[in-house]
Amino acid sequence: MNKLALTLNVNGQDHDLLCEPSRTLAQALREDLGLTGTKVGCGVGDCGACTVLVDGQTVNSCLMLAVQAAGKAIVTIEGLADGPKLHPIQAAFVEQGAIQCGFCSPGMILSAKALLDANPAPSEPEIRQGLSGNLCRCTGYQKIVQAVDAAARTLRGERTVG
Amino acid sequence: MERQFDVIGSRAPRLDGPAKATGQAVFADDLSFPGMLHGAILQSPHPHARVLSVDASAARRLPGVKAVITAAEVGTVKYGVSPARYDETLFATDKVRYVGDEIAAVAAVDLATALEALALIKVEYDPLPAVFDPLEALAQGAPLIHDEFPGNVCAEVHQEFGEVEAALAKADYVRTDTLKNKRQDGGFIETHCAVAVPDLNGRVTLYSATQVPHYVQRNVAMVLGLELSKLRVVKPYVGGGFGPKAEATPLDYCSTALALATGKPVKMAYTREQVFLHGRARHQFIHEMTTGVTKDGKLLALKHRAILDGGAYTSFGIATVYYSGSLLGGPYRLANMKYDGLRAFTNKPACGAQRGHGGVIARALFERQLDLIAKELGIDPVRMRLDNMMEVGDVTCNDLNMSSLGMRECIEAVRDGSNWEAKKGKLAKGKGIGVACGFFVSGAGYPIYRSETYHSTVTLKVDEDGGGIKVLSASAEIGQGSDTVLAMIAAESLGVPLELVRVESGSTDFGVDLGAYSSRQTLMSGHACRDAALMAKGRILASVAAELGVDPDDLDFKNGVLVSRGPALDIAPLRTRYRKEHRGWPNLPDGEALCFAEAARIAFLAQGSIVGTGQYKPPQLGGKYKGAAVGTSPAYGCSAQVVEVAVDLETGQVRVESVTDAHDCGRAINRTAVEGQMEGSISMGLGEALFEEVKFDQKGRVVNPSLGEYHIPTIQDMPAMKCIVVESDEPNGPFGAKEVGEGAIMPTIPAILNAVYDATGAVITELPLTPERVLRAIRQAQAANK
Ligand code: FES
Ligand code: FES
Repeated sequence: MNKLALTLNVNGQDHDLLCEPSRTLAQALREDLGLTGTKVGCGVGDCGACTVLVDGQTVNSCLMLAVQAAGKAIVTIEGLADGPKLHPIQAAFVEQGAIQCGFCSPGMILSAKALLDANPAPSEPEIRQGLSGNLCRCTGYQKIVQAVDAAARTLRGERTVG
Repeated sequence: MERQFDVIGSRAPRLDGPAKATGQAVFADDLSFPGMLHGAILQSPHPHARVLSVDASAARRLPGVKAVITAAEVGTVKYGVSPARYDETLFATDKVRYVGDEIAAVAAVDLATALEALALIKVEYDPLPAVFDPLEALAQGAPLIHDEFPGNVCAEVHQEFGEVEAALAKADYVRTDTLKNKRQDGGFIETHCAVAVPDLNGRVTLYSATQVPHYVQRNVAMVLGLELSKLRVVKPYVGGGFGPKAEATPLDYCSTALALATGKPVKMAYTREQVFLHGRARHQFIHEMTTGVTKDGKLLALKHRAILDGGAYTSFGIATVYYSGSLLGGPYRLANMKYDGLRAFTNKPACGAQRGHGGVIARALFERQLDLIAKELGIDPVRMRLDNMMEVGDVTCNDLNMSSLGMRECIEAVRDGSNWEAKKGKLAKGKGIGVACGFFVSGAGYPIYRSETYHSTVTLKVDEDGGGIKVLSASAEIGQGSDTVLAMIAAESLGVPLELVRVESGSTDFGVDLGAYSSRQTLMSGHACRDAALMAKGRILASVAAELGVDPDDLDFKNGVLVSRGPALDIAPLRTRYRKEHRGWPNLPDGEALCFAEAARIAFLAQGSIVGTGQYKPPQLGGKYKGAAVGTSPAYGCSAQVVEVAVDLETGQVRVESVTDAHDCGRAINRTAVEGQMEGSISMGLGEALFEEVKFDQKGRVVNPSLGEYHIPTIQDMPAMKCIVVESDEPNGPFGAKEVGEGAIMPTIPAILNAVYDATGAVITELPLTPERVLRAIRQAQAANK
């Protein structure tokens, strides 16, 4: 099969790759770039584990082709922390017990980031709406909602982390 | 006297939180090795057929294919969960018994090539009549699925404790009710995955997304004819298990066999659809219960019949069919109980264990009945439960010992926490409130294979420089938080801050641990961990005491420093020795007391590496009758829930608006983790009550094998949950701890059913509560009232 040359901008860095036109963004991130923080739970857009940000919007990377993401700014879970310092959303997920198995967490955290970037002070229904594309089987979601609320308050400067 | 703890009972964040929050945590599918091949399995498209021939020659010739294995290559060693009931072979030779039964497997340079090769394998089938419904499977003349099991009866259980008929004859009120659920799926977000990596000495490391590295190691070695020492099983981070990952999968066997055949690492994973085809999740249960009470609501007797749809193989089914009866022995005083359980084979994927193993639907019907009885007798359902409740020290009619039981406290907590008395009978039209209880084992009392093995061993090693502690355990952190629990237990036992402790777990190289099932890790691995820590501490204190010339019994560590119950200590000589070894180092300890690192270093200088070991197996447990091994446990967790629902009387739509949950987990090791288990259990129970059903077509194919069509609760489906941790001091648990992971699901379904009944008067006998089903029941109730 003919391979395409393309450049993916991931977490602020350009990566040149050669890949098949049918390659999904999730495959390119995980297998070509070794960014395995992006998880795949279904491969068909049902679970949200593969959520990444493309130009600031949440995208199911299992449904987007790598070529469609070329030239856009992609943020994965690896791009959130500042060196060893967790992003406030990540810190809140850890502190509030919003993580159990952790398989949904990268996608959840990125959905939360897109939400809080657009709406720094979401109500509980708005948080639930913002995360409604991400499934979690472990937590019952309550501590995830609490974590997003806590992170929002941290980001607004109303609280410091733990 | 209340004991004071420094680490236990806190809300310490989980050890693996940062790794999981940043994407650094490595799950099985994240692993990659040089030269790694990709494997795939050929599965039967027929629900029941003779396999006449398998011809893989064309697949073998396909460029890029490195190995093809069929029964001819791997043999036909039978396996399963319980050795007495091994009824599976890796690849079908004579027959396939469900859509998805395995025929062959391929390893190739990439997945596309492996899948192309599967399409080239020619299998000649002779289709046989199939049967999908358990009652039809048990009927005369049904197609026979296993020659060894006439009538498609996989297992039968008949138990009677006390004298049920006599007690029922004396009852003032007797009623019979039924309930059936639907087959459920585990719904974990990570699908199963296995990566087998061979070395040049004939050994294989199998990385598997499993709950049970120990059993995977034994089964894979047995089936492939390997010495145990040739196979190491390592569990990376696992994306949820809930039961269906509690046995070795075909991926485990096939990847290992293919790695041995090719000398290359082989990765294999299930697609989401294959997770449904593999099954091994909640059975379908059909329950009928007859309960008799006195006129003031005292329980006299329960007569219980259950039929389980087991699918094509036994899997965990023997335990399931026993649990489904035995777990009704408590938490109410019930002197007379009769149980007839029967598990049928059908031409569908095998069912296995899932959270609340075997007991969930039985509990749901029994708690339903208690409400219906309470209503008939005009007793408040909370009152009725309290009046029948067992107390600490009671033993059930089937010999389960309530060595601790905070059941009464749980009911009172949810009654008060939900404002029950202000709400019951006073809610607006379409709104309802319901209560239910439940309890569950803290670890199965016996291993799955007959053995006197320890259930858990832990090795704890103090760093030679004294600065840290490493816990090595073969236990399975699958998201429930067991690594953090072990670290907390080690820290508390040693008297050091949690930060000093690291945990490495999940590898069969680290010892024996039966794994994450039957809610056993905290109690059993926790025991072994505590004992290992105490042994290591004793060794350190012995050296320090010898150096100081004091009695070791007078010494201890607290918050990381040496404390003395005896005379004041002169630590200066020891500190000087430590300082001499660290000339030029900043930040050396200079507090008044000797710190743990100094003490541990002194002990190392005297003794060499400081290692502690611990091991646990349950004490002799009650029950001499057949099947007593299923249900006996060193301890039982228990819980109560109050659920409030809103039912749309026009559409039948049910919405759970709030849940108040109380769980007695013994001593809470980590409060946040306890709540997390409670909340997760509620969501799984809510899904099972309202939405979840694996559906099949007329040809035995799963028609909704995706997380889009199989509806697990989303964030929008979940109500506010108020979780109340009730603590008791369990004498058989480490620091008094017991289970929370499964008992917490028990009350959810019946509390929802009772609330829906309260809201509508509709008696619902089949799950899930789809709007059509609820509406039909509402109409029936209305018609009956006219
Ligand atoms: S993996 Fe992309 S939505 Fe599930
Ligand atoms: S934490 Fe396991 S799926 Fe969300």
